Amino acid sequence: MIHALANLGLGMLHQPIAFLFGFFDRAGDGSATFGWVIGKILLVLLVTHVILILAALMVWAERRVSAWMQGRLGPNRVGPEGLLQPLADLGKFMFKEDVIPGHVHKVMYTIAPLITVIPAMITFAVIPFTGSFETSGATGDTFIQSWQIADLNIGVLYILSVTGLGVYGLTLGGWASNSKYSLLGGVRASAQMISYELSLGLAVVPVVLIVSSLNLGDVIAWQADNGWMAFHQPLAAFIFMIAVYAETNRLPFDMPEAETELVAGYHTEYSSMKFALFFMGEYTAMTVGSALLVTLFLGGWTFFGLEQLGWAMGVLIFSAKVLFFLFAFIWVRWTIPRFRYDQLMWLGWGIFLPLTLVNVLLTAGALAMDQAWIMWILPLVLIASILIAAWIGWKRDEKKFQPLSDAPGVIPAGAATGEEASA
Amino acid sequence: MSTDQTTRDATPEATPDAPPAPTGENPEFSTAPFDTDIRLDAGEDPGERMVLNMGPQHPSTHGVLRLLLEVDGERVHRVVPDVGYLHRGKEKIGETLGYHRYIPYTDRLDYLAPLANNCSATWAFEKVCGIQAPQRAQAIRTVCCELARISAHLLGLGAYGMDIGAMTVFLYTFSERENLYNFFEHLTGARFTTTYTRIGGVARDADDEWLRGVRDFCDGFGKKVDTWENLLTNNRIWRIRNEGVGVIPRDMAISYGLTGPVLRGSGVGYDVRKDRPYGLYADVDFDVPVGQHGDCYDRYLVRIEEMRQSARICVQIIDKMTPGPILADEPKFVLPDKQGVMTGMEQLIHQFMLITGEMDTPKGEVHSHSENPKGEAGYIIRSEGGAAPWRMKYRAPSFVNLQVLKDIVPGHLLADIVAILGSIDFVMGECDK
Repeated sequence: MIHALANLGLGMLHQPIAFLFGFFDRAGDGSATFGWVIGKILLVLLVTHVILILAALMVWAERRVSAWMQGRLGPNRVGPEGLLQPLADLGKFMFKEDVIPGHVHKVMYTIAPLITVIPAMITFAVIPFTGSFETSGATGDTFIQSWQIADLNIGVLYILSVTGLGVYGLTLGGWASNSKYSLLGGVRASAQMISYELSLGLAVVPVVLIVSSLNLGDVIAWQADNGWMAFHQPLAAFIFMIAVYAETNRLPFDMPEAETELVAGYHTEYSSMKFALFFMGEYTAMTVGSALLVTLFLGGWTFFGLEQLGWAMGVLIFSAKVLFFLFAFIWVRWTIPRFRYDQLMWLGWGIFLPLTLVNVLLTAGALAMDQAWIMWILPLVLIASILIAAWIGWKRDEKKFQPLSDAPGVIPAGAATGEEASA
Repeated sequence: MSTDQTTRDATPEATPDAPPAPTGENPEFSTAPFDTDIRLDAGEDPGERMVLNMGPQHPSTHGVLRLLLEVDGERVHRVVPDVGYLHRGKEKIGETLGYHRYIPYTDRLDYLAPLANNCSATWAFEKVCGIQAPQRAQAIRTVCCELARISAHLLGLGAYGMDIGAMTVFLYTFSERENLYNFFEHLTGARFTTTYTRIGGVARDADDEWLRGVRDFCDGFGKKVDTWENLLTNNRIWRIRNEGVGVIPRDMAISYGLTGPVLRGSGVGYDVRKDRPYGLYADVDFDVPVGQHGDCYDRYLVRIEEMRQSARICVQIIDKMTPGPILADEPKFVLPDKQGVMTGMEQLIHQFMLITGEMDTPKGEVHSHSENPKGEAGYIIRSEGGAAPWRMKYRAPSFVNLQVLKDIVPGHLLADIVAILGSIDFVMGECDK
């Protein structure tokens, strides 16, 4: 105990955030000490709050950015630049009457919003947001301690399994509401998220194959040495990004809550904080999705050596990357229209699934042959084929039909004038 | 008891081939066309299908249209449109109030283009009275009609885009509509309920500042349309959502009596402005866009092109405009100058008499039609003399265009209904009259 306290004091002297760092010491056999547990709890609280505040800020950003894109002002009254608007909204949600309609399944109806929020939040447990550091145990052994809540060696599997749970919230919410629009929303949500889970999972497989580890820290370390995974696996990165959009139910994949078709989809019957929880779930899922994309494909907290300046730089780099993708979420939402349900399923099963499967096969083949140059040929071929596909698509789109043309079978304007004169 | 049962069983039953027994209803007055409930065919098994009530309060039914959908999962099996939630008895109001006092009520017909309604009503009433508005009034009316068309198509386009999920287009077109509303306010004194036309002319003259402003707006309008087209026309998602969806074949369009962009999208270039010119349309050079496939995408393209052509018409008419009177010199039908009414006793009495019904229109039946943004707006007016029509019938284009839903919606997905409704671009104020 004395040793631990002394170590803590020492840590305070030579480590920038020594308070937490000191707590991360473990006992000589690697088991957790009391201080280590306290440190982890503090970290959990910190991360949870950051995510929640980020979700609130995302609501504000969504409204301000969309306003900026549409030539409006957006909320700018509460606090500087309207930054306190989320707080005001929260207050409003708190004091709204929490209506539970008489025709719903009360238990399911109540827990559905929780099932949406919690998986989205606990996914963040395994995401490292800055570099690891070494600590010494009581016996002088050193341990690599990474900056994340839980340094799981099956981090990727954990993420895939936990994100899959989110769909239950939407499905149950839609089903328990006992209303037709909600039911349709819930059905759409389950079908869509299950379909895109496949592409999401298969897009991660090449990454795991290349790194040959399921630990996210190892994935980042590999990328720091060999370049971002997005350069090695552009197709997987692209499909992963699209699948994240579909998983978070954002435009162009916001089928489950398509407000012009299903009123509000699965949360039509919800009000007050229950509705706000669904909202929070969506924005948290966006944050987590961006963090995953950054970690798996864009080097996580590394940026071409810049991260060696210190742990704070790692956090900054990581945040900057995540914020960029969060902005992209908003950008896409306010720019392009929505897919139709069957088109979305076709995109998932007919295009992304085969593409990811082929990608996995190619990557595995290249790895099995153990030829380093194949690993570099692969992305080039993929980029070339994507460009060709885009060019073909562009050419096809260019054939815009002119409504003024004198096509066969069209009755031209002014044809009835003669009839008028004779009549 | 048992014998009774046996005898009843022994009675020969009607064979399936026999015609159905008479129900006692007079087939000529059957209520079947107005039935607003999902009825299964005889012996039909609904299976897993469910009835979904869409509207009258639904985000994408653009007002108070109610659709009863029988859906099999997401696929629509049957649709029963139900209209009339906004019925106010406009025609009857016209028969009660008379020609002069009816004009403000036309603002609320197609409430996205009040000026076009004002004009079409006045053209019809002038035909009843047998008078004609002077040249300048006709020119102003024509410009107003085209501005109203742009305004209505802008809202139609924005709402259509929003229904498909492209939210930003909606805000872009609405900020453009604000410019148009500023013009309306400057000219008529009201942004929305304009009540601008009078029998025999218009209420106020257009000043040079207004004309210059409108001309500048129309000159720069094409570039703005390009912006919206950049967002939508070649957008892959927009195209797959609209191409081949809600196809109205040419023959179906004609047999239903569809008009406006919906008809022209199906490949029939019928446009009242071109085929039976009124106002000053005979003097201007413009094209009527015609689609080929009759799907939602063609209707969208037709509307986009119509907006460009409207701007073209406005520019031509403003360039040719000459000063002159804005009210016809027909004291028996035309209201006196408003300034005179405010100051002179004779004019005040004159106005009072006309408004309160001291007006004698010639007897007869008149048909007048004009190309409103949603289609052909027609009036059939039977006059038995006096200041009010004996019977007035308004042909609402939205009402006619909506009828086609029953034929084109079945077989589509739920999301397609939204696209079809957006591309038909109806206004319930006009449909329900």
